[in-house]
Formats: sequence, C-alpha cells, structure tokens
Amino acid sequence: MEKISIKNGRLIDPRQDIDAALDLHLADGRVAAIGKAPDGFADARLIDASERIVCPGLVDLSARLPGLEGELAAAVAGGVTTVVCPPDTRPPLDEPGLVERLVRRAADAGLARLLPVGALTASLKGEALAELDTLARAGCVAFSQGRVALVDMQVLMRAMQYAATYGYAIWLRPQDRHLAGEGIAHDGEVASRLGLPGIPAAAETVAIAGALELARTTGVRLHLSNLSTAGGVTLVRRAREDGLSVTCDVGIHHLHLTEMDIGYFDSAARFAPPLRAQRDREALSAAAVDGLAAICSDHTPIDEDGKQLPFGEAEAGATGLELLLPLTLKWADGAGLSLTKALARITSDPAAILGLPLGQLAVGAAADVTIFDPLAQWTLNANALKSDGKSTPFNGCGMQGKVTMTLVGGRVVFGG
Amino acid sequence: MSKRNPQLNANGELTHLLSIEGLPRDVLTHILDTAASFMEVSERDVKKVPLLRGKSLFNLFFENSTRTRTTFEIAAKRLSADVLNLDITRSSTAKGETLLDTIDNLCAMHADMFVVRHATSGAPYLIAEHLARVGRKDIHVVNAGDGRHAHPTQGLLDMYTIRHFKKEFHNLTVAIVGDILHSRVARSDIHALTTFGVGELRAIGPQTLLPTQIEKMGVRVFHDLAEGLRDCDVVIMLRLQNERMNGALLPSAREYFNRYGLTAEKLALAKPDAIVMHPGPMNRGVEIDSEVADGVQAVILPQVTFGIAVRMAVMSIVAGN
Repeated sequence: MEKISIKNGRLIDPRQDIDAALDLHLADGRVAAIGKAPDGFADARLIDASERIVCPGLVDLSARLPGLEGELAAAVAGGVTTVVCPPDTRPPLDEPGLVERLVRRAADAGLARLLPVGALTASLKGEALAELDTLARAGCVAFSQGRVALVDMQVLMRAMQYAATYGYAIWLRPQDRHLAGEGIAHDGEVASRLGLPGIPAAAETVAIAGALELARTTGVRLHLSNLSTAGGVTLVRRAREDGLSVTCDVGIHHLHLTEMDIGYFDSAARFAPPLRAQRDREALSAAAVDGLAAICSDHTPIDEDGKQLPFGEAEAGATGLELLLPLTLKWADGAGLSLTKALARITSDPAAILGLPLGQLAVGAAADVTIFDPLAQWTLNANALKSDGKSTPFNGCGMQGKVTMTLVGGRVVFGG
Repeated sequence: MSKRNPQLNANGELTHLLSIEGLPRDVLTHILDTAASFMEVSERDVKKVPLLRGKSLFNLFFENSTRTRTTFEIAAKRLSADVLNLDITRSSTAKGETLLDTIDNLCAMHADMFVVRHATSGAPYLIAEHLARVGRKDIHVVNAGDGRHAHPTQGLLDMYTIRHFKKEFHNLTVAIVGDILHSRVARSDIHALTTFGVGELRAIGPQTLLPTQIEKMGVRVFHDLAEGLRDCDVVIMLRLQNERMNGALLPSAREYFNRYGLTAEKLALAKPDAIVMHPGPMNRGVEIDSEVADGVQAVILPQVTFGIAVRMAVMSIVAGN
C-alpha cells in the first residue's frame, strides 16, 4: 500500500493529548510516524493540510444504514470512519449469516468500517436469547435490543449473565415500555400545551435503575445509549462512582434541542427518546463536557413520507452522519470545551467504549484520518446531503467546520 | 424550524383557525363581536346571509362527531356556502391514502375551506403548512378538534357564553372541572381565558387527569371540588370518557362522581349567580347531576345556540382574509 504524508496541518489526537503543528505519516494502512518522516518516505504521496485540522476518524456509536453503501458514503463525507449500527433492522440482526453478509457488503464498499451490534434476543422478542457467541464470531461488537424494549427483567438478567460469561457488552436504550406507553413527546410543559401524549422522564430513569442493578449483580459490561434525562445522567454518574463498569452516550441532537423546538408540531423535532426539558439538556451537556458520555449521531434516515404526517404519526429521528462533526464543534463552542476534548467525545471515547484501538493516531494504529477546515462556514441544505435521510431540524441553519478529506485504513475514501 | 404562528398572515390577520394559543385579544374580540351580529340572522324567517355564496366548504371528519359536524354545516349554510360532508374515518385512509394525498385531491376539486376534525394533535397544522407549501394560500383551515390539542371554536363559543352572561372577564373566577388531560376543550378555554385576562382560572381534578406542569398555562390547581368551586363565577364541566376507567386513571365512575360530580349541594359553594357550562354530550350522573344540568344556573343549551353564530363568525372572517 502506498505511503502518505499529511503535511502542514494542525494535528489533534485526544488519546495522546497532542494538539500541535505536526505532520502525519501513513504506511501499510497504519500510522507510521508523527512529526519527522521515517526513512523511505521521500517518494510518499503528499497531502497538504494547510489551515486544516488533522484528527482521528470519527467513531459513531449509533447510525442506521438503510441502503448501506449510500449511508457509508455519507459517513465518510462526514468524517466518520467507524460506524456502529443497531440490530433492529428488518429482519433484525439475530442470525450470523445476516451479520456476515452485512459485514462483507460494507467491506466491499470500501468506505467506513462497519461494526454491527447484534440482537440480544431472538427476533428481538425479548424471550429467547440470540446466539450471542456465534454472532460475536460473525462480527458483532456488542448486543442490544435497538429501540425495542425488553420488558421481562428475568430475560434481561439472564442475557447479562450469559454475556458476562464471555465478556460481551450489552447496550441498552433505556426506556420502560409501559411508562412510555403511547407517549410521543416529553411529558412536560410543551406536551401538556400541545396535547401530545407524554413520555415521563421516569420511563428512562426506571429502566436505567433496573439495568444498573442487574449489571451490578451480573458483572456485565453495560453501555446505555442515547440518554435523554437529567435523572438518567445522575444514576449513571453515581453507578460509575460506585465502581460499576457502565458507560453511556448521548445523541448530538439532544445536546442542542429541547421540547421547545417542537414549536407548532414540527415533525422534524420528533425523536426517540424525545427531546426533553432545558434542565435535561443542560445535564446531558455537562455529562458530555466532563466525559461521562460519548456523543453519537443517532443517524436515522427518514424519507419525506415518514415525516409528512401529523407529529404523533411521524417517524422519530433525524439524519446525522454528515452533521456529527459540525454539530459537535458548535456544541463545544457553546459549552466552552476545548477542541481536543470535543473531538475525544467522537473519536477516542467511543472507541474506548468499544474496547477497540480506533479513534486515535498512535503509531501502529489504523490510519483512519479525518481532515477538516475548522473555519469553513456553510449553510445546511438537507437536499445536498449524501444520506438518503434528508430530515433534520437544522435545515437552513449555519454550520461551521467542514470535512475536506477522509482516510480509512490509509486509503482516501472522501475528498482529494 | 417554523416558529411563526401559521394561522396569521403577514398583516396579523386570521387566515386559518388552528388554535386559540398565540392569537391576540383583539382577534378574539373581533370574532365574538362578529358572532353577536350573526345572532340575529338565526332568528329570522330566512336564516341566510350571502357572505360565502359560491364557496365550497368541506367538512373533513377523520374522527366521528355528528354534533360538531352538524353545527359547522348549519353555520356554513347560513352563510350560503356549499357544504360537502366527507366521512373519512375509514374510507380513503383505509385504502392507504395519506392525509396530504386526501388534501391534494380535495384542492383539485376547488375547495375553499376545510373544517377538520382529527384524532391526532396537530393534524390541522400539517394541513395548513402543506397548503402554504403548495401555494394554496386561498384555502382556509378551521380546526374542529385535533386530538387532545385544541377545539378553538368550542373555546370561542365558551367565551361568547361567558361574556354574554358575565360581561367582563377580569373580575371573574372560572373553574374547569374534570378530565383536563385528555380535553382539547379545556386547553382552548385556558388559552382564551388567559388571553382575555380572567381574574382567576382554576383546574379541578385528580392528578391522573391533569396535564404535567399545567400551572405553567396560568391555572391554579385544586384536587378538591368543594374547595375549588368556592366563590366561582363560572364552572366549566368536562365530559368523562368511559375508557378512562380502563387505563388505571380512575377506579370507577361512581368514585369519580362522589369526588368531582357537580351536585346542587356542591354548586351552592360557588357564587349564587354562577353559571354552569358543559361542551356536551353530558354524562348525567358521572360528571354532572341532572338537577344541575337542568337547573337555572346551567347555560348548556345557550352554548349550543351561540356555537352556530361563533362558527359563522370564524368562517366569514378567515374567508375574508
């Protein structure tokens, strides 16, 4: 494989705490050196990164990828080099054959790395366990129920015991099905005013409390996805202080938006879990600032038919892969967080949750690199996104920071 | 993110009636004044004025309600409009047609106004925004009740009733009693009453039937009926649906009536000249005792009469803007 030298850029690698004008040298799909070129790099391909930031490729802990190749192209256009996809697809990822085919198709596309999360239970029904060990061998990095609730706590406890036996992680989107009921928006001021059935914050905190207690007794590695409540953040923080092996993430939209953004029934602002109150948003932001939570895009492509419906009938979610970086930069700017720490939340932190040596530029690590112009100002035109999902509450908003080139395994897959 | 109130045009005039929330007091007053001028029409031998002659009004009822549909139909006919009633509870949507497909089809039939009843909160907003997007700003939307969100013409006819009997709002204490959580009427009444600057607005019911943070809408919460009714000028009773007993919101209609049913004895705690209102249809013996429903303080039938004039006013005003 060719040798590449990325020169004249500002190199930021949160994992090694580097933020300096340093060149980056890649060979054989890996990082060969930082700073001075090693021997034999005289004829390397030169990439000029003047006035650009060079950082590890982004690791996104949750993105839905209908149509796979198109969404992987959207990922690399957004600087995302590793995409974790949930198992609640149709059919669900509960068969090793399905997982192998998915992984092979993604590898053939040669864009971002795809890491599937396997189904925790067969057909996600919450009754029988899926073949966790076989699925792990097929390429699954963790196991979850996606957005499907696991109601039977005995099944959850056994799933945790079984997963803990082999050291597999369980990821949950915590929401008690009965407390959520038919709810469609945060049970608060806005839902009360608009007459939208509410999802109480307790639907999340009750589910988290139960999952944490079972994680404590089973010793499983637990990851809680897409937290939305201040109470949930408090529970996770306390569990970590107690020494529990629990991690969490928050969707980038929940760091920016609240229930107020529903406005007059704007279905683009329908999310699962729902956008919550201002104090919830502040607690989530604090969790992301101090590193308790990683940040994901929770990319959910929805076509026009899925959103051109009354708020309560519209599908939940928004496009996110191509917005993860600019929206994270915007959030960090508002929260007063350094660039290095902001980038950690979308590179080294999610990689650490996966337990994989990604999201970093240490010598010998995979040469997954994102190069972006931190000062580029642009206006989001959703129709110009590569993703099939064009629905975003940020359409028409100003963004800062634009990816100019993305490399995966030392190959340029976007830009250049 | 559209934040502008979609029912007002650039000049602040009412082009759709979607919700009372966000409408300035003078817009509401103008509707009530216009309704007052229409009251006389309904008493004539020939009950018609030609304001909407040649206009086609579609009653789009995605959810059944013979009574509300009839009042809109009568109001439209008294304005000389052509009225078409579409019962789409199950017809086109059952065939897979989306709400906006239905709207596009009716636009192609040269509709001038849609009166919309829908089970989902916000559906009339979606229709109004769609009409703006496809460049049909000449078509008006009147919300005839959407989910739990709003029933603005009911709210307005309630204001007409209160103004008729009590003249002013600022010195009044008004209580809304019952299932406020599921009530679009209550939400519209609350917005209207706070816009008119009512003296004190109370919500009375058990916690299971009150929306979260309802105090932020400007109401004082009471869980005890007797306490909440004390010195009230206006009592608005809400209908209690039987299905509330299924979702663990209430144990039984009997227990509810004991706590929140309006009896003559309880009503005696309000001011002697207090009026009792109800959006109908009533559940006698559940939320209201027959003695009160048929008593001298009840203004439930005048509400119905005023409702026709208020709907005439709303339709003529939006069609004129």
